[in-house]
Amino acid sequence: MHMQSLQGGFSSEPVEAAVAFRAAMSAMARPGRIETVAGAQPPAPMSVAAGVLILTLCDPETPVFLAGAWDCPEVRDWITFHTGAPFAGPETCAFALGDWAAVTPLSRFPIGTPEYPDRSTTVIVEMSELSEAGATLSGPGIQSSATLSLPEIAPMQANAVLFPLGLDFFLTCGDRLAGLPRTTKISNVEG
Amino acid sequence: MTDYNFAYLDEQTKRMIRRAILKGLAIPGYQVPFASREMPMPYGWGTGGVQVSAATLTPDDTLKVIDQGADDTTNAVSIRKFFERTAGVATTEETSKASVIQTRHRIPEEDLTEDQILVYQVPIPEPLRFLEPSEVETRKMHSLEDYGLMHVKLYEDISRHGQIATSYAYPVKVEDRYVMDPSPIPKFDNPKLEMAAIQLFGAGREQRIYAIPPYTQVVSLDFEDYPFEASKADAACDLCAATDSYLDEVITDDAGGRMFVCSDTDYCRSRRAAGHVGALGTAFDEDAA
Repeated sequence: MHMQSLQGGFSSEPVEAAVAFRAAMSAMARPGRIETVAGAQPPAPMSVAAGVLILTLCDPETPVFLAGAWDCPEVRDWITFHTGAPFAGPETCAFALGDWAAVTPLSRFPIGTPEYPDRSTTVIVEMSELSEAGATLSGPGIQSSATLSLPEIAPMQANAVLFPLGLDFFLTCGDRLAGLPRTTKISNVEG
Repeated sequence: MTDYNFAYLDEQTKRMIRRAILKGLAIPGYQVPFASREMPMPYGWGTGGVQVSAATLTPDDTLKVIDQGADDTTNAVSIRKFFERTAGVATTEETSKASVIQTRHRIPEEDLTEDQILVYQVPIPEPLRFLEPSEVETRKMHSLEDYGLMHVKLYEDISRHGQIATSYAYPVKVEDRYVMDPSPIPKFDNPKLEMAAIQLFGAGREQRIYAIPPYTQVVSLDFEDYPFEASKADAACDLCAATDSYLDEVITDDAGGRMFVCSDTDYCRSRRAAGHVGALGTAFDEDAA
């Protein structure tokens, strides 16, 4: 284990995790709105926002799937030291982390069962860009409509059709994050 | 305050509750099971709401707690003090100044904003529980969207009483999918369930958390020929003369004397402060008890 794995966690966990959760909750409750978070310095290629989400939501009860370049010793050591979360394959994970190319195809992840639709994976998608422009969103949490840059439209639309089953997403870029729950309807793309 | 972790609960418990809240927001109206903890108050005193509030609060929040609309009843006072001591948060009685509002059985009269969070204390989260006692069965009914039994119940109300007699905990359908118990709020409050604030519901004894994101469609169940009606006592508040607020009927003597007062104490106080005087009211005095 590298020494830098021991660093980059919350310095004051109860308060920083509470503030971070409020940002994550606000993002999940209002798709299309981008929140800024702070407090984690995870190793590359993890973004600050993804690190904050992992620190806030993961612990020994949540298997994490690392995809593509994110499945490296630095990231594994950092998550293990700071959260104790076990690592798992995509079929059994509660959280998945990686860029879009690495986390797809989405059909590998659990989407919940009809009796327990909450038992589905939350996918943290690392983005090179994140802006409030792009695909048009509507649904719970959105007053009339919102726009958000999505990595790809069709798989997200296919996921929304599964409701009440389906995956929920956090899109992260640097220290910013946005939420995309399964309820969001993605209608078309702007210009 | 140094004797406790921030907001009383340990971090792992808060993470578990936070994950349940996020899944609840992603599946509006669905009851997410969670590992409810023992709290330093009995079940029935809002342990579910307290746990959700504890996982939601940050040190910068201003907390308001109401019990049946009132800020000054035992349950509200004790929960407010609990978070003053364990989270060190500011508290208020004014709806507009609060960022987190924990409520028992009412929605404040004043419209909530996007910056606010409303946390409900829920006794029985399962709307079908009194129709079907088995959790296995009700879970299957939700998964199959089999809500015929609930309509039979409302129909039996009509056949027995000539109208839908359910006056509180009136069932709603969220986003055209899950039938949900809005907690025992009067049905007068049901139209307000479509609001700008995030709504979180916590049931401690029954170990369920559910949620309604802002601007989510919430429809009270009814029939075409017996449409839903948000009812209240046909009177004005005797203290502030409000005709648009939900009223409590208060017995004032043993000779049949009674008066109607706003159930939302902050709404009534602010109206009286603005100069409104009801039939039995006196001019507002800031220092009066």
